[in-house]
Amino acid sequence: MTTTEPLPTETEAEHPALAIDGLEMSYIVRGTPRAVLRDVSFEVRAGEAYGLVGESGCGKSTTAYAALRYLPGNGRIDAGRVESGGQELTAMSGRELREFRAQRASMVFQDPVQAVNPVLKIGKQVAEAFKVMGQSNSEAHASALAALKRVRIAAPESVMDRYPHQLSGGMLQRVVIAMALACEPTLLVLDEPTTGLDATVEAEVLDLVRDLRSELNSAILLIAHNLGVIRTMCDRVGVMYAGRIVEEGTVDEVFDNPSHPYTKGLLNSIPRRGLRKTDRELFAIPGSAPPIGASLPTCTYIDRCPIATEICRTDVPPIVDRSDGHWTRCHHADRISDVPEPQEVTVEYNVGTEQVIGVNGVSKTFRQRGHDIPALVSVDLGFAEGETLGLVGESGSGKSTLAKTMLGVHAADEGGAITLRGRQMAGKATARVEESVRAISMVFQNPDSALNRSWTVRRILHRSVVKLTGVKGAAANKRVEEIAAAMQLSPRHLDMRPRQLSGGLKQRVAIARAFAGDPEVVVCDEPTSALDVSVQAAILNLLAGLQNEERTSYLFISHDIGVVRYLADRIAVMYLGRIMEIGSTATMFNGTNHPYTEALLSAVPSVDGIAEARIPLMGAIPSPANPPPGCVFHTRCHRAIKGLCEVTEPEMVELSAGHSIKCHLSEEQLNEPVHIDPSAVLAVAIDVPLT
Amino acid sequence: MSETSDLPKSDPARSVGERSSATSERSAKNQIRREQFRVLYRSPGFIFGVLIVGFWVFAALWPSLLTSDGPKEFVEAGPRVKPGSEAWLGTNKTGWDVYARIIYGARPILIVAPIATAMAVIVGTMLGLVMGYYRGWADEVLSRVIEAILSIPIILMAILVVFTFGRSTPVIIGTIAVLFVPAITRTIRSAAIAESNLDYVMSAKMRGESGLFIVSREILPNVTGLVVVELTVRLGYAVFTYATLAFLGFVGSNITDADWGIDVSQNYEQIVRDIWWPSIFPAIAIASLVIGVNLIADSIDKALKS
Repeated sequence: MTTTEPLPTETEAEHPALAIDGLEMSYIVRGTPRAVLRDVSFEVRAGEAYGLVGESGCGKSTTAYAALRYLPGNGRIDAGRVESGGQELTAMSGRELREFRAQRASMVFQDPVQAVNPVLKIGKQVAEAFKVMGQSNSEAHASALAALKRVRIAAPESVMDRYPHQLSGGMLQRVVIAMALACEPTLLVLDEPTTGLDATVEAEVLDLVRDLRSELNSAILLIAHNLGVIRTMCDRVGVMYAGRIVEEGTVDEVFDNPSHPYTKGLLNSIPRRGLRKTDRELFAIPGSAPPIGASLPTCTYIDRCPIATEICRTDVPPIVDRSDGHWTRCHHADRISDVPEPQEVTVEYNVGTEQVIGVNGVSKTFRQRGHDIPALVSVDLGFAEGETLGLVGESGSGKSTLAKTMLGVHAADEGGAITLRGRQMAGKATARVEESVRAISMVFQNPDSALNRSWTVRRILHRSVVKLTGVKGAAANKRVEEIAAAMQLSPRHLDMRPRQLSGGLKQRVAIARAFAGDPEVVVCDEPTSALDVSVQAAILNLLAGLQNEERTSYLFISHDIGVVRYLADRIAVMYLGRIMEIGSTATMFNGTNHPYTEALLSAVPSVDGIAEARIPLMGAIPSPANPPPGCVFHTRCHRAIKGLCEVTEPEMVELSAGHSIKCHLSEEQLNEPVHIDPSAVLAVAIDVPLT
Repeated sequence: MSETSDLPKSDPARSVGERSSATSERSAKNQIRREQFRVLYRSPGFIFGVLIVGFWVFAALWPSLLTSDGPKEFVEAGPRVKPGSEAWLGTNKTGWDVYARIIYGARPILIVAPIATAMAVIVGTMLGLVMGYYRGWADEVLSRVIEAILSIPIILMAILVVFTFGRSTPVIIGTIAVLFVPAITRTIRSAAIAESNLDYVMSAKMRGESGLFIVSREILPNVTGLVVVELTVRLGYAVFTYATLAFLGFVGSNITDADWGIDVSQNYEQIVRDIWWPSIFPAIAIASLVIGVNLIADSIDKALKS
């Protein structure tokens, strides 16, 4: 391909890789334009990583797409300029734009599975990225191999020959990044690149991007709702709210010294620095974000701001410089300390002593095409009254299977027992007596899926009340209103359908339904992972409060260790259907851990900017159909003892009262610092069984 | 306390209805409905479709208001008159007015097609829901039966049925309905499978609901949109299928009956003698009805998705 594109000259190098200036954008929905971006301006210089954070719907992704002028059909740029290396994107023709995207800019999307073509081999797809650059077939093949090596994929030759479904999500995201880097982009846009991935895989991908930054000189625009990701990855950050950047500065400045009430609210809503439910409540930002297209008052945040005054309603807030390069769009930047701190918790959390539900030696084996797949192997757990048991582990470790077995969605294998106050329950829910059905309920991860779209909230709650408690007529209606009120749902919400409610309200309805039958144990399967942090805070506060009033126990499944640490009294760590470690929250975060827990904990990107040495987990989780012999974790363990761990399965040993781990190593051995050779950290393709 | 409405970022259209301040939620939903209707009313396809279908429905109900001639009435102009001032759309070889026959011919097709479609949609929806929710061996067996029915050519099936049961209107309706059930069942079945995998169904199972309750109260309301789309799309096909059967002579007791398909088959041979109007105009009538129904179906689908 011959290109007339002038090579970047010195003058061009002076231009920022991305400069967005006064950008105003709207989407045309059912014929009416609705404003999404309002006067967005920022710059990303070469070699710099710039992050955008904010709640969903605030315009982060729209900004990312606008940076490449890659907008949906109903998107319209109303005003402003988007420049890259001195070139004006808004003025480019279709052909120039294509050239720009092929040669100068790349984008990595949220879901790698959708970003690759499922019917083409990886090698072909990566090579395609180089062919667009004008390389011949053989050149492109060689370049593709080199590109896969660059993203730390072990045995790239074999990966080239695989189809996307044969690779794990983390591996695919590496492939997508390899393709994005094919043109040595001056601008790399990453839109929530790790959102769908496990914490351990997320950490790997972030490590990779960080390493590549030093090799390349590209500017990075990173969109993420996870504040920890932004903190660990970016130099500067812009906080977006309702289509406007309200605060900008270096990550350290913005996160440690926030000057906008919104930024402060966001930071207060996540459990930071090992916060526990016994310390203080999380801060839930009151009110809701304005819908796109709403006509806004002068300050977009006014309705939710605790320190707003009359001037906020009459004058557009000025840009107030806080320190070099750190500014905020607020009238009262100097009064930021007036933002009230979240409430200290005064109530006592009492965990009962009587075991309500016991899981004793429960196993669950699925049969698939004549193969036994042990999804749970002899799990022992117990719940005391009012206790929260946190359950963590990567996807595929059997967390949800355990929840479903407890709920009676499928029966456990012979031998184990699930007991309710000492009496054994039947395996399947249909075979259980009414009292047992009532005793356990569930809050699902995704409220959109968990609530019947065509039912009103009242009907959803009413049905559960009638079915589970047997109360009928006026008493049932009264009970519905009581539960709704306990979830802080107002009566008008009762006559709405789920789609009319926001994500947080939907999850409240789901929780209300779970509490309809006065359950003993509520299984919460990632109840906040689909929600924004400020909403998550409100839901966690609600769960903690309900527990205290109702004396309910929770099985709280989550991959967000910060959240589990906040809410849980005890934590269990699962791997391949086995409990690897269990102990009180205090002991789990206090020194000696199972090597798997150690790796999980090190993978969490911290909002507090305290980077710890990360312990990588090599490769993907093995298939439960074919678990490794000996200790199931030895294949990925950084402390494995040759000749012992791959032969003998360790027993559960009690390190201290109530804190047990399944490991051969002694406490002293576990506390020795580990040295990880960075060159050994390669993504290894694990053969995914073709099911 | 109300709460943050977290707007889905990929779908700006949906988020508009999601505000939770004061009384606006109700009106927001109504506004979406209003805007959808406005999109519908303003789309030229919908207006055009309604005009066409409305005209034929009117013709089927009150044909005498649209023409003074009867379908089997010899008009003054005589046979084989070109379209013009004497006879609007000309006369056929017998001397009957083509326009009058088309107007009267709307009735049989507009009786058979909607009834057959409604029957097929009702049976297909019930079958699809039950198969999609329960799965298992009954689903396997019925799926094979459906595939078997789908593999029989429509015409072959029609010949078999007509020779066995005669050519009365109920038989024709039943034939078309049976032919359409498999396709509808498959569509609804796959939707029911998708719904059954959602957590609300699991939640219903966990609180011990019966299968009948889950299928009829939980799942059915969520596939009604699809049922409406199936209904309109299949109606277009039913019109077409009926016309085909009429053309092939499987319909009606008499070849002199006013029926678009019969008229096309009775007169198409004369096209070679340049007498095109007695066959082409009924053919256009068939096409216009199919197009009108499809325009409405498309517009509804689009408005629901906007």
